[in-house]
Amino acid sequence: MSVHTLRIDEKDVSARAGQTILEAASENGISIPTLCHLEGLSNVGACRLCLVEVAVVGGGTRLAAACVTAAAEEMVIQTDTDRLREYRKMIVELLFAERNHVCSVCVANNHCELQEMAVSQGVDHVRYDYLEPRCDVDLSHPRFGLDHNRCILCTRCVRACDEVEGAHTWDVSGRGTLSRVVTDLNAPWGASETCTSCGKCVMACPTGALFHQSSTVSEMIHERTRLSFLVDAREKKQWHA
Amino acid sequence: MARLRLATVWLGGCSGCHMSFLDLDEFLMDLADRVDVVYSPVVDAKEYPEGVDLVLVEGAVANEDNLAMIRRVRERTRILVSFGDCAVTGNVTALRNPIGGSDGVLRRSFVEQTDRDPQIPFAPGVLPVLLDRVTPVHSVVSVDLYLPGCPPPAPRIRAVLEQLLDGRPARLAGREIKFG
Repeated sequence: MSVHTLRIDEKDVSARAGQTILEAASENGISIPTLCHLEGLSNVGACRLCLVEVAVVGGGTRLAAACVTAAAEEMVIQTDTDRLREYRKMIVELLFAERNHVCSVCVANNHCELQEMAVSQGVDHVRYDYLEPRCDVDLSHPRFGLDHNRCILCTRCVRACDEVEGAHTWDVSGRGTLSRVVTDLNAPWGASETCTSCGKCVMACPTGALFHQSSTVSEMIHERTRLSFLVDAREKKQWHA
Repeated sequence: MARLRLATVWLGGCSGCHMSFLDLDEFLMDLADRVDVVYSPVVDAKEYPEGVDLVLVEGAVANEDNLAMIRRVRERTRILVSFGDCAVTGNVTALRNPIGGSDGVLRRSFVEQTDRDPQIPFAPGVLPVLLDRVTPVHSVVSVDLYLPGCPPPAPRIRAVLEQLLDGRPARLAGREIKFG
């Protein structure tokens, strides 16, 4: 198996062929912030928080999403520059501005990856005007709920349902700020003929957008590592604790 | 050293941030030794005075009184702290925004949700007129420091006050900026 040698944050690291920058960094103890990435699922580069700077021949750098960019021979990468820190902060602020995220009354308060990301990226207020779109809440499923106010369109639910459960109940409809995750062909979740009610989408959700019905403020604790448990069990025959 | 002139202001919020301020407990005694509280819901001052050194502003800007007040506060204050999630993000106070302008909100609350005598309250000079959109404080005036939390825990308030009382530029470290 071929191995590439590259530099990440002034450190020489090696990456196996086909590994992404994110994987190479992670194996070498270099932490890059991520939000749409989830162990056990494919990567789509939706949130852009894992942006890194890759040096280009002749000087300067280009931005690349570490989760979907293959590590290559002699790459020189910076993961934590002033420019990246500012962009990541902007991304988190724009996520807050795009929907109606009200941490204090959210089912996922204190268990939310967006809320945590704001803390880690130094977001103490949002510089942009809130869009405040009118968003629906789908409570038609007997066990689960969907609140579009809290969705960041990471598509973890879409991928978990497609790749791990194999049902592909979820997808994304619309464009731009009108994009919404949908079940079946935008049927109410409770009327979905493909949903197996397995709950993997709820496990995967980084925010309070997908939740167990009857959970109230701060009660929704997602079991996000269950998905990588299932994938490792299926693909590697490893049942880790 | 001259005593610091401290004010606290209550705009569109639930007063929970002020309750958390009172949770400073014995630190309030230390504070009383070092500041004059020149305006606050907990002192009897009718007018926001000139020459305030430091103000904690609770609540979002939700009505015309809030709007006039925050502008006056900014003009007359050296350091303005956005105090709690409603001031910082709009929070619960801004939950009404997606419903639409003030007409839609009043109709929803006082007509659609009522089963007898539905009427929209109208009392000029008594009830401040709602703004069409609730906004965080920093979208109206410049803010010097953000103190998030719903409410901000007392130790977080104390950390800010201690830094400012010592004349240091205040900043909240690490997890102390968490919303919610």
